[in-house]
Amino acid sequence: MSGSEVVIIGGGVTGLSAGWWLARSGVKVTVLDKFIVGWEASGRNGGGASHYSSPLFDEEQRLWPQMDELLGYPTEHQKERILIAMTERQWEQYRFVAERHQRLNHPVELLDVKQVQEAVPLAGDNCFGGVHYKFGGHANPQRSVQAYAWALQDLGGKIMQHSPVTGFETAGGKVTAVKTANVTYGCDAVVVAAGPQIPQLMAQFGIDIPLAAARAEMIITEPAPMMPLGGVDGHKLYGRQTLRGNLAYGGGPHEWIDVDETGPAARPSTPLARNLARRLAELLPKAAHLNVIRSWAGVIENSPDGRPIIDRLSSPDNVIVASMSSVGFGLSPASGHAIRDLVIDGKCSFADIDILKLSRFAGLEPDWREKRGWMPIA
Amino acid sequence: MDLNFTGTDLCAINGTRSPAEAHYDVVVVGAGPSGTAAALEAKQAGASVLLVDENPVSGALMGNDVPLYFGGRMTAATQNSERMLEAVFMSMPALEQAMEAGVELLLGTSAWGVYRNGPGVQSLPEQVVGLADAERSWLVGFNRIVLATGARDLSLAFPGWNQPGVMGAAALQMLLTRYSAFDGHRVLILGSHDLALETALMAIEHGLEVAGLVEVRAAPQGSAELVAKLAAAGISVRCNTAISSAQGGINGIEAATLSSGETIACDTICTAVGLVPAIELVDAMHGPRELDGQRGGYVPRGEANVSAVGLCAGLVDRGFDHVEYRMEWVRALAEVCAPDTIICQCEEVTRADLLGVQPPNYLARPPAMCARSLETLLDDGPANQDQIKRLTRAGMGVCQGRRCRDQVAMLLALESGQPFGTIPLASHRAPVRPLPMKILADWNEPAQMEAAWDVWFGIPTQWVPVEDIGTPFEDDHRGMLYTGMYE
Repeated sequence: MSGSEVVIIGGGVTGLSAGWWLARSGVKVTVLDKFIVGWEASGRNGGGASHYSSPLFDEEQRLWPQMDELLGYPTEHQKERILIAMTERQWEQYRFVAERHQRLNHPVELLDVKQVQEAVPLAGDNCFGGVHYKFGGHANPQRSVQAYAWALQDLGGKIMQHSPVTGFETAGGKVTAVKTANVTYGCDAVVVAAGPQIPQLMAQFGIDIPLAAARAEMIITEPAPMMPLGGVDGHKLYGRQTLRGNLAYGGGPHEWIDVDETGPAARPSTPLARNLARRLAELLPKAAHLNVIRSWAGVIENSPDGRPIIDRLSSPDNVIVASMSSVGFGLSPASGHAIRDLVIDGKCSFADIDILKLSRFAGLEPDWREKRGWMPIA
Repeated sequence: MDLNFTGTDLCAINGTRSPAEAHYDVVVVGAGPSGTAAALEAKQAGASVLLVDENPVSGALMGNDVPLYFGGRMTAATQNSERMLEAVFMSMPALEQAMEAGVELLLGTSAWGVYRNGPGVQSLPEQVVGLADAERSWLVGFNRIVLATGARDLSLAFPGWNQPGVMGAAALQMLLTRYSAFDGHRVLILGSHDLALETALMAIEHGLEVAGLVEVRAAPQGSAELVAKLAAAGISVRCNTAISSAQGGINGIEAATLSSGETIACDTICTAVGLVPAIELVDAMHGPRELDGQRGGYVPRGEANVSAVGLCAGLVDRGFDHVEYRMEWVRALAEVCAPDTIICQCEEVTRADLLGVQPPNYLARPPAMCARSLETLLDDGPANQDQIKRLTRAGMGVCQGRRCRDQVAMLLALESGQPFGTIPLASHRAPVRPLPMKILADWNEPAQMEAAWDVWFGIPTQWVPVEDIGTPFEDDHRGMLYTGMYE
């Protein structure tokens, strides 16, 4: 497919990684984004890169340590994570998770309270223990998104910001062009990686993509003294210490919202920041005096089983749909590779990703969201 | 697992939030003259009214230039919180009248966020303002909120501006008048519009030496009457020149050098180029605002239940374009100050790195990175300060952008050759005051919040390892991690 043209709708981390992988294979790539690259969930997340539940896990783990070099720009990737239990119930759950990792040959080590405090100096003696993941890690979402975008441009790819898609042209069972307000982009294949707006875009082909959008929140502190390992989770929080030292943490209840074809109207944070602050003060008590200096929210979409949808449609047969179902950032090196394979070879070369096909939702009832309560508050 | 199940999402926010602790018809933020008058007026009209003011802020916050640009020139007296509280109360006689009328007054209490339902959020039981004092934070519901948060100092970068003794005019005025706690003797003042002239006259009144005023334009900018008063006191305005550096020692500023070559001894450099309406709360609540150069920059547009009074609503319009004037200062400073001049003090971002869109210096800068700049970024679209903030960290520090947000936006405008008003300002986000985690924390969280709390969405199938799907391990996983998550 060298020399062919692929249009990618959505300049989030998934679309950009796919574009970068395609450009590496000599494909002419144009990424269209409604606003600025990484402006939605791709630039607003915990930066975790440890998605052991995914068929893309091995590729995620293989690629992250190389990404700075492959992209040519810093991503702030750091290895490994520690999960700290703050209640007896959490300790029971986290040990269960550790046993599962051992069974699956993911290297983990149980830590007692003293070992937790050695590894995580901001932790206290109020914890029950921890699990050290000798795999996974984290990176800076905003810097990584821009790294993909720049690396893609360095390979000749184009990024058109402020270019929301208005429609498609089709002929002979294929999409032949993608339309924006002022420009029509001819193409040989299309990747639809537009997050919560995927259902609206795909509805133009009469295809139903079951996704529901929700808002989630994080808080950020001023810099803390650097810990030996920044990927510290637990107490039902996820987050990281940035390389600057800030603690960036999220978790807790989400709010289902409606998103129309223009994308989220706003991403307001709420007083949930106080509940996050409470848990973080418990998880890292020696940081409880640090100032919280920001909070923010992002909008992510989920599929009915919470697993990604990465699939090449049968009609039009040159359309690839990619939603990472709220866990896209960390998996992005691998998801982009998988999408590149589907575009060029029709099949993922490094993993069996049949479980991510759209066909698994064939029996889904149209009112699935209503029935399970994944609905905005009336 | 059958995906057509019926139930309730117990991990959704619905109905789990902490209620507000109190509710008032009107909450007024800021107990200066305008805020106090608004509170009194609302009370006299029969409303229940809460009036809050963050002053006196703690010594630690003053050190972070909250709410004004104190520049480390406070005396140790500011560490005495009782003295400070008394000073605040004594400096505002109208407060007593408001209290006698039945206005509830909380000093030393900051308003760090305003939350309401709207696009993207419908889960709030009511619109609330987040408050915090030295002990704790809490939420207060309101029907109407009046923002009387005043205006803060515009700060400008030059080599050496990150030393103690470089401060803002509003901060100097507050230290002189309200707190009697200014720790300097000889002040050089940047600017010559009314703010600068009034500050110079006030400094003389308080027995300080004024080393002079510095003006980048060809003539003094403020009222002729004030210029004459200063001239009578023997104070001159040096025109057609900018500050090119400040020298100092262990106690901060000792001298300033101008682009004319002149060096002036002083222990304080007071930036009096302009005041910026303090609209952090408006920004954090996504309230409407508009640019009005005559009124000091962006001012709130006002809504049915949100109003602004006093300087927060805009400076007094004297027919002077503050934005144009500031842009001239930024341009002049960019010409005479080296590219390695720090622009963002908190994150130590230089002008070269800001305009080069370079990462902080603890990250590697491979060749491809070095080849990037604002110029290459502009090929993708107009400059966006939030995007550049995330890449360079300029404005991401503990001062929450108060020291550099405006000047970074002006530099981006200058460098991209666009008017200031075309640069979307970096966002302010709650908490708009740095708040210790343990103070912000909700220690009285309702049980339903804990019940709903999952690390992510609580979707039982989301984290089952792909190897375990369809095996007995799948049920174990659900049983251990998701019991009761879905009814």
